[in-house]
Parts: sequence; C-alpha cells; structure tokens
Amino acid sequence: MTGSSLAGEAVLPTLIVALPFLAAVVGLLFGRRLPGGPAAPALLGTAAATVLAGALLLHTRAGTVVDQVGTLTPTGGIRITVGTRVDPLAAITAAMVCLVAVLVQLYSTGYLRGDPGYCAYAAQVSLFTAAMLTVVLAADLIVLLVGWEVMGLCSYLLIGHYREQPSAGAAAVKAFLTTRVGDVGFLFGIFTLGAAAGSFRISDVLSRPLPHTAVVAGTLLLTCGVLGKSAQFPLHVWLPDAMAGPTPISALIHAATMVAAGVYVVARLFPLFLASPLTLDVLAAVAAVTMLLGALAALAQDDLKRVLAYSTISQLAYMIGGLAVGGYAPGLFHLLTHAAYKALLFLGAGAVIRAVGTNLMSEMGGLRRVLPLTFAVTTIGLASLAGLPPFAGFFSKDAVLGAAQARGGLAGWLVLGAGLVTALLTGAYATRMWLRTFFGPHSGPHSGPAVRQDPPASMRVPLLILAVPATLLGFLALSARFSRWLGAGLDLRGPRAVGDALRPEWGIALAATTLAVIGLGVVVTLWRRDPVRDPVAVLASGPRRALEHAFYLDELYAAALVRPVLRLARTVLRVDEDGIDAVVDGSGQAARTLGGGVRLLQNGNVQRYATGLFAGVLVLALAAAVLA
Amino acid sequence: MHLILPLLLSAVLFALGVYGVLARRNAVAVLMAVELMLNAGNLNFVAFSAAYRDLTGQLFALFVVVIAAAEVGVGLAIVLLIFRNRDSIAVDTLRALADRDPPEAAGDTG
Repeated sequence: MTGSSLAGEAVLPTLIVALPFLAAVVGLLFGRRLPGGPAAPALLGTAAATVLAGALLLHTRAGTVVDQVGTLTPTGGIRITVGTRVDPLAAITAAMVCLVAVLVQLYSTGYLRGDPGYCAYAAQVSLFTAAMLTVVLAADLIVLLVGWEVMGLCSYLLIGHYREQPSAGAAAVKAFLTTRVGDVGFLFGIFTLGAAAGSFRISDVLSRPLPHTAVVAGTLLLTCGVLGKSAQFPLHVWLPDAMAGPTPISALIHAATMVAAGVYVVARLFPLFLASPLTLDVLAAVAAVTMLLGALAALAQDDLKRVLAYSTISQLAYMIGGLAVGGYAPGLFHLLTHAAYKALLFLGAGAVIRAVGTNLMSEMGGLRRVLPLTFAVTTIGLASLAGLPPFAGFFSKDAVLGAAQARGGLAGWLVLGAGLVTALLTGAYATRMWLRTFFGPHSGPHSGPAVRQDPPASMRVPLLILAVPATLLGFLALSARFSRWLGAGLDLRGPRAVGDALRPEWGIALAATTLAVIGLGVVVTLWRRDPVRDPVAVLASGPRRALEHAFYLDELYAAALVRPVLRLARTVLRVDEDGIDAVVDGSGQAARTLGGGVRLLQNGNVQRYATGLFAGVLVLALAAAVLA
Repeated sequence: MHLILPLLLSAVLFALGVYGVLARRNAVAVLMAVELMLNAGNLNFVAFSAAYRDLTGQLFALFVVVIAAAEVGVGLAIVLLIFRNRDSIAVDTLRALADRDPPEAAGDTG
C-alpha cells in the first residue's frame, strides 16, 4: 500500500496545502498595503497551488498511495502524525478544489468590486481552500479533523459576510451549529477508529485488523459528521440558508469545499465503510430520502440560489448513494462533474443576480437577450445537472444508477428508484429555472443596482473555463483506463464493491434520460400555456407551499428543537438571575442587616459609651465581689 | 472621728459625679461632675491618710489637685472651641464620630 519513502515526495502535497494558507495569512496581514491589493496574494497563492495540484495529478499513477508522515511532538497515548497521503482520489480532488477555488477568487475580484470587506473575504476564501486541501491530503485523521473544523469556521465567516443583514448572521450561526451537531459524532468516530487501530494514521486504520463492532460504531459516528457537512437529511437545513453569503462563496461551498468534504471522507475511508454493511444501508436510505426531498423542494423555490442549493442537496445524495451501493468510482466521478457544473451554475447565477439586482425568479424573465453569455453557460450547466447527454452530469449520474442496479438488493433498488424519480424531478426543476430566468417577458421592478449586461472579463473567464469540464468531463467515463485509475488503489474486492466501472449502462441511461426529458417536457408544456405563470403553480396551494418550505422541516426543527432549547436557556438564565444571584446578593444583604445591629451601638454619643463602660465596670466589680 | 463618715460622703460625691458625667447635657456640667469624682477620690486619700497616720495619702491628694486643675484647663479650652465652632455645648449633639451610611452611596455596596 505505502509507496516509497523518499522525503521529497511529501514536498509537493505539503506545498499545495501551505500556499493557500500562506496567501490567507499574507492577505489578512498586509492585504491592503500590497501593490496588487488583497486580490494579489489570494490569486497568486491559489493559482500556484492549482499548478502544483495539476503536477501532482499527472504524477499520481493508478494504485499508488504515497504516504509521508512525521511526528511533531511525541504525545502520550496514541501517536499523532503529521503528513500527507496521496492517491488518485486525493490527487484529483485536490486538483478540482484548487481549480474551483482559483476561479472563484478570480470571479470574486469582479463580483465583490468595491466591497469594503473584500480584504478579509479573499483571505478567508484562501483559508477555506487550505482547510479543504488539508482534509483532502491529510495522512492522519486528527490532521484531517483540523482541516474539517477550520472549514466550519470559514463557512461561518463567509456565509455571514454581509454582516449588516440579520439574515446572513442567522444563516451563519445556523450553518455552524447544524454542522457542529454532526461534528460531535465525527469526532467520536475518529476516536473510536483511532483507539481500535492504535493509531490515527489513515493507512494504519485502513490496514490493521479492527474489531467489527469498532468499525460499525466508528463508521456510523463518522456518518453523522458526513451528513452534517454534506448537507444530507436530516442535517441538510443549513445549506439553503447559507445562500445569504455572497454568490461566489455559494459556488465554493457547493462545488469544491465544505459539502464535498463529507463525501470525500466516505471515499477516503471506503474500505471501512465496505466492511460495515449497516452503515452502507443507513447511507443508502438517507441518500434516497435526501435526493427526493432536495429535488422536490428545488421544484418550488422562487429564489434562484435556493433552487441551486436544494439541487446541491439532491445531487450530493446521488454521490452518497453511489458510495453506499459500493460504487466508489461512480460516486467520486459524480463529485467531480458536480463540482464543475454546480460551480458554473452558481457563478452564472451570480452574473444574473448582479445584472438584475434580485434573487427572485418572479422578478426575472427574458434575460437571454440581455445576458447572452450567461444564458449560454447556464444552459450548459443546467443540461449537465439534468443529466442530458452528452454533458458531464449524464455520465456520472448514470454511473451511479448503474452501480445501484448492479448492487441490487433493497439498498440498491432504493437508490436506483429514488435516483430515477429524482432524474425526472431534476429535469423539471432545471427546466423551470431555465425558463423562468431567461425566457418569457421580463417581470418585476427595474430597481436595484441593475447593470443588465454580461459581466466583466474577470467574471466571464471563470464561466467560460468551467463550461469546458461541465460539457466534456463526462467523456472520461468512456475511458476504461480512467476508471481503473480512479477506482484502483483501494481494495474494492469487499462484498459490496460492485459496479465500479464508469461506462454507462445503456438501459439505465436510456431510462434516466427519458425521465429527465419527460420532466423537461411537462414543464415546457405548462409554461407554454402561460409564460408569465410559474409552472409549479399548477399544483394545489397546499402541496406547493409544502414544497416551498421543504416539507416544513425548518418549522419542525424550530418547534421541536430550537424553541425548547431557547426556552431552556431562558429558564437557566432566570434561575441564575433570580435564584443563584439572589442567594449571593442575599448573603451580602444579610451580613449588612446583622452588622446594622452592631452599628447602632456606635452612635457617636460619648455619654452612652461611658454608660456602657460604667455598667461593665460595675458588673466586673460585682462579679469580683461575689466570686472572691 | 469614725472612718465611715468621710467614706460615705466620698461615695455620695462619686455617685453624683457618675450621674453628672453620664446624664448631663451641658459640657461644663460634665467637667464639674468629673471634678466631683476626682475630689471624692481625694477625700478618700485624706481620710485613709489620717486614719493610718501616713502622709503618703495627703501627698497623692496634692498631686490629684494639680492634675485636676490642669485637666479642667484643657477641658474648658476644648469646650470653648466647640462652642465657637458649633454654637452649642450640648454633649449629646456632638456625634461626628457616629457610624452612619455615607449619604450618597447608601446601600449600594455589598
């Protein structure tokens, strides 16, 4: 498993992590004083990391794992190592993260032009990238956890970027707390596995024989963290609200960092998950629920970015579902293609929002003439999302569905069935978004900082670059060499490691595409009848509102969890103020009152003192006389 | 003469003095009461000196007279100053040393 022990091989991955981190530090400390402004270190650091990640990708051969670690300080208990672990999975994910990050940085220079918080923003994006790369390249679970948690912090900071909006602050706190719920499980999962293996090093955890209970418990606990970070049911609620952040951040969170981390960790520790059928079944069930829930909710949103957010939830469920049915390569491949087309869609949405000054699709329409370039790239992205051939999403989605079919069994059919229905729904909501934004008459006020033209070059270039993989990345699936390269390196001969070829199963592909086209056709037909009306308005208002509120899960959580916790907190506060504080204050008051009695004696009247003195002498004299 | 008579007189004088010190409001009267108590003591010295034919007691009586004179001088000077400052020499009104709450910060220190 482990490759050569040349120390030089650790330099490249270490640099890939260190450069964005350095960019973050430099940008934060000296950003305003540098000749190129805060954008210079962010762009340079991320771009250099991208080049290095590309080099790493080209150097990583199939089936090799280059694992370099060192111990910083010997600590008691289980040794913690610091190092990097590079295999095809890590190399290609790192390249994807760097590419999206550099494009987001470039796009942000245009999107956030003149924003007073840009300096901190650029540094935080760099730090976010560095944290994700730490997760991707870490050779030790504890180091991975560090990157994982730093990402949580960065997402909090960036979602709350528009500090003056109360919704942004609330969304940031919600994202932080919701992922924190999962992270508790994640932490204990790492402890369980580390304690069972006697080492936190990933290669040790994967290679040493672990007791079956430890594997099941550890992977189930890790799953909690995965569900939180990758926004799966029931911890998905933070992701739609995270749209309060700037749009490039949504692209970064949805495509490259954060949500990809959960899926990535499952892939990284895939042999362990394979050894625990229970965990895989849980993941499959969660994935089936989440993909349907996300797609249904996406169908009724009016906010452009929320449509994309729910579609991310649904697409992440495809990846989790793919992994859960043992499709290691398909799940990963979908992660990569999704990163490309979802980043493209978000950056395109950013261009739309910049042009019309609103997020609401009910105030858009007819934009294909004013924003021809944005229209073109968003169309590519949506086609890829809907899984229309020959775009990237078609290949990866069908690879996932093919894996589910090959897996069979209850879990396999669950994922396959949910996946097919989701394909139909995805076609429908992608079409609805496409029509509502770019076609029909323009409706809504001409207010806000509307520009009404395609964005400047700094924003156009990332769109054009991302359109290439969103269109062509899928064709890699036809290369058997690529799927062997991606899938090898980990022992996939476990009981459920089936269907790891990426080549589409034509029967499934035909079915999924037909369903997507049906979804598309239904929405187009509805829309033709009345281009002004929302196609989803054909539903009765009850179900429609349920979809719009994502089945009232937010309301349910608010009623079942948030409000009781708040009430509890208020009770605790009241007990503290009225109970504990009262005792403390009361003891002081009691001492004062008691002391007040003694103070009465010292009233300043000298004659009283003298009387007391005399009485005392008298008593003493009498006592002496009686006792003597 | 029997010793009991001067001792009784002395006890009465001392009791008068104690009453005056403890009960009179006028500072001059308090000083006078102090003199009464001193001289009650003097009377005892002289009486026991005569009874035991020992001159030491009379010697101490002279000391006491001198000290009482000095004490009255200082005491009257104090009374005079108090009167000039306060326009009153009522002892029970002179309560500057009483333990009171500071008027502005009453009650907010724990």
